[in-house]
Amino acid sequence: MSEEESPAQRVAIGISFGNSYSSIAHTSGEGKAEVIANEEGDRQIPSILSYVDGEEFQGTQAKAQLVRNSKNTVAYFRDFLGQDFKSIDPTPCHQSAHPIQHDSTVAFKIKDTAEGAENTVTVSEITTRHIRRLKNSASDFMGKTVNAAVITVPTNFSDAQKEALTKAAKDAGVEVLQFIHEPVAAVLAYDARAEAEVADKIVVVADLGGIRSDVAVIASRGGMYSILATAHDYDVGGTQLDQVLMDHFAKEFIKKHKSGGDPRENDRSLAKLKLESEAVKKALSLGSSANFSVESLSNGLDFTSTINRTRYELLASKIFAAFTRLALHAVEKAQLDPLDVSEIILAGGTAHTPRIASALQSAFPESTTVLAPSTSPTALNPSELAARGAAIQASLIQEFEAEDIDQSTHPMVTVTPHLAHAVGVLCISGDPASGVFRPLVEAETPVPVRRSAVIATPREGGDVLIKICEGVREIKVTKPAPKPKPAKDEDEDDEDDEDDSEEEEEEIREKAWRVENVLAEAALKGLKKGAKVEVQVNVAADLSVQCFVREVGGKGGVRGGWSAPKPVENGSI
Amino acid sequence: MAAVQISLPLPVLPEGWAAEKDFKAVGQLTHATDRNIEPVGPHFLAHARRKRHKRTFSEDDRIQAQVNVKKVEDEDAGEISEPEDPLMLQRDAKDWKGQDHYAVLGLSKYRYRATEDQIKRAHRKKVLKHHPDKKAAAGSTEDDSFFKCIQKATEVLLDPVKRRQFDSVDEGADVEPPTKKETQKGNFYKLWGRVFESEGRFSKIQPVPKLGNDKSTKEEVEHFYNFWYNFDSWRTFEYQDEDVPDDNENRDQKRHVERKNQNARRKKKTEDTARLRRLVDDALALDERIKKFRQQEHAQKNKKRLEKEAETKRLAEEAARAREEEARLQAEKEAAERAEKAEGKKAKEAAKNAAKKNKRVVRGSVKEANYFHVGGDAPAAQIDSALNIVDLIITKIDNEELAALTAQLNGKKDAGVIKQIFASEVKKLVEAGKLKESEAKSLLA
Ligand SMILES: Nc1ncnc2c1ncn2[C@@H]1O[C@H](COP(=O)(O)OP(=O)(O)OP(=O)(O)O)[C@@H](O)[C@H]1O
Ligand SMILES: [Mg+2]
Repeated sequence: MSEEESPAQRVAIGISFGNSYSSIAHTSGEGKAEVIANEEGDRQIPSILSYVDGEEFQGTQAKAQLVRNSKNTVAYFRDFLGQDFKSIDPTPCHQSAHPIQHDSTVAFKIKDTAEGAENTVTVSEITTRHIRRLKNSASDFMGKTVNAAVITVPTNFSDAQKEALTKAAKDAGVEVLQFIHEPVAAVLAYDARAEAEVADKIVVVADLGGIRSDVAVIASRGGMYSILATAHDYDVGGTQLDQVLMDHFAKEFIKKHKSGGDPRENDRSLAKLKLESEAVKKALSLGSSANFSVESLSNGLDFTSTINRTRYELLASKIFAAFTRLALHAVEKAQLDPLDVSEIILAGGTAHTPRIASALQSAFPESTTVLAPSTSPTALNPSELAARGAAIQASLIQEFEAEDIDQSTHPMVTVTPHLAHAVGVLCISGDPASGVFRPLVEAETPVPVRRSAVIATPREGGDVLIKICEGVREIKVTKPAPKPKPAKDEDEDDEDDEDDSEEEEEEIREKAWRVENVLAEAALKGLKKGAKVEVQVNVAADLSVQCFVREVGGKGGVRGGWSAPKPVENGSI
Repeated sequence: MAAVQISLPLPVLPEGWAAEKDFKAVGQLTHATDRNIEPVGPHFLAHARRKRHKRTFSEDDRIQAQVNVKKVEDEDAGEISEPEDPLMLQRDAKDWKGQDHYAVLGLSKYRYRATEDQIKRAHRKKVLKHHPDKKAAAGSTEDDSFFKCIQKATEVLLDPVKRRQFDSVDEGADVEPPTKKETQKGNFYKLWGRVFESEGRFSKIQPVPKLGNDKSTKEEVEHFYNFWYNFDSWRTFEYQDEDVPDDNENRDQKRHVERKNQNARRKKKTEDTARLRRLVDDALALDERIKKFRQQEHAQKNKKRLEKEAETKRLAEEAARAREEEARLQAEKEAAERAEKAEGKKAKEAAKNAAKKNKRVVRGSVKEANYFHVGGDAPAAQIDSALNIVDLIITKIDNEELAALTAQLNGKKDAGVIKQIFASEVKKLVEAGKLKESEAKSLLA
């Protein structure tokens, strides 16, 4: 086995390794990330291995084996890696090889050799084999042997799990350059687009997969990402949506063939039912109806049926609602309001479902952009986000020595104070007695940080006051005044359109700022008529601040600074 | 990053604002929160370059740096689990309606208070422990019955509608009201507070007012009982429905069972409303505060009545006193008047007598002055004329003047002097216009 490659010899890719699907991606010469199709043409490669007479199948071919060869087919194993048997959930493996306890780890009993003997294969070994297949597919595509990768993992992947994955990858000849969090990879994939602009925003990544759904609330500040909260749900995911369709078609089948039996009660029938239901589900993400067709579904009876999207959405409405609740719950855990969320990035295969995106859009304010294929024409493929993000990161660090990468990702580097409140200036609006806070630096921005703003001045110029403060975002709720009955006048035709909005008298929620703490005051004198003022704020790593104000295009300016807050005993706040 | 553009104008510098070099520091930033920046992306790499400065960090540094980092992943839901009753583990999932879903998930302490998150985490813990595949691997022959119980419990508790139906009849969350005896041992607020807290879970209106304590105000207590007497409950009883036969064969029977269920639900709901009303009645009857407030009110009323009575009495007494005083003054006045009258008579009499005496003196002094006749006995005409004049004078002067005149004349023997005195008296009267000079010319001659 090759040891760590020196950076010069590295061929690095990005790998997204899910319980259900895996993807591989590389960056092209121009730095564009691209997901690689394997030899079967799949970009979403089922994370499944199957053994038939000693021959190994992976991906879609292995998945097909779930029908006839389920005992020698291993699926849904990623989350078992690095865990003891006690803490794993074997539920997803019900229709494939069952996990068993093996020493302190998890293993599968499968006939993986031509001899047909039942071998105990650890989850680590299974993972190695899976990664080797991924590596080979990538190498075939790139024309050179891949030997390194950035791999995405869930935000709650433990050190033990990462360690196990590192080893499993190494055994497959892949050096793990870095693990990056799946939701962060998704944000990076979006931010790496040429048209993307660096901005301060709160991004929610809803990664809706096969057997788990994960939501992360991320503060994106000047291109740096900090996770504020996460929520995980192992009870809602693509599998539950498959189940809805399985139940539906099983009932249809029973209705049609009274003597056919319940296809859910026979292992093979169940496997067929599941595979086709998943296919129907995917088809319903694009089309308004889909065909279900299985030869010899149960008792030798073929079955075909169709379902339209409306019906499906009705059947699955509870599960769709659960995704929305999960996202809202994560925002709540971050102690934020939906109004704080600028973007929701929908990631994971299940995120293709149009209804999930529209439900999220209606649960969040209009100011929140939902990035999903069905809500945004510029959205990236949700199934590809993690792998693309990993590939971009791989391209950024593949030149680095391993030691260098380790040091750069060290907590001494990553652990950083984040501002408790926004820092901004007080402006005038309407009533000149009460100022309006405008942020320059948002809360949860890591320090050190520098931000500047260009601010208008009173019409006549003259002397102005620059008051620098900390501001706290508040939510202002206004109950709508009972609408006066629209008097019959001019635009009568418009009234019809307004009818629906009139029914729900929803309260209006808005963001507003409260000044928490005045930090400094500065004066700029003798400004020209129509002048603009530039305010620059530099917050140092120790929370001391320097600030500089000047007339745009003018000479001189005012400079000042103030000290850091006193340290708190034992550091806790 | 590009500068933010802000279109709202800056405020005008207030009159009298001054600072050295036009800048003054006022405060300091609030303490920051330690978080991990994700070591991802080009901007992070720039950050890392700045922060590392070619330094090398150790394992110790790693631990040190992470001490205060804000956690974003939940801790293991360890606190949720509770001991599992061996009898419960043998339950048959077919009888899922009879199972205590909260106990199955180890959430007996929480019940209707358990959050969705808690339920999910509890479920996961139980799945990890009781998954049949794991049991089989451990060589246990136990069937997957309890696992099915777990799945059923989760299904019910994660479905808001089903959960309400179960919570409606969750006896585990019921708190029996204390008896009268128990209550009277004291502890009314603690014992009944728990009862109302548990009953409050059925309220459509949340939050539910609390029972409070002996320091609660009358308004609070009144609000509390008003709330409970107008309780709006979401409690339903379909969970206790008899199973409706699922086959289409016997539609009449199906309808019959459905009707029966409807009636049973209605009946139970009515009974529940009555039960709650009785419960509130009982609490109200035992609530010392009600008595206290009534007594206070009573005392208040009594106090008012007594005050009123005292006031009337006082007013009556005052009036009586006033009347007496008036009578006394009247009597005094009358007495004085009478005395005065009597006095006046005497004085008049005395004056009359004095005047008589004085007149005699005056008349006598005329005689003394020989009737103003010079030399020898006065002729009769002279006597008459002198006496006439003197009488005339007397009629023209009052008693006092008479007394004064008398005093002047008293003891005077000299006729000239006497005449002189009379003459000046006449003169006075003439000047006063009471007498004509002609009438007394003999005196003035
Ligand atoms: N076009 C689609 N429409 C709807 N569902 C889809 C579509 N494509 C994939 N899925 C579903 O997405 C799920 C897989 O998601 P993903 O590829 O993110 O898996 P994963 O990361 O391995 O997830 P996990 O680890 O949670 O199992 C599957 O249930 C799959 O059926
Ligand atoms: Mg995933």
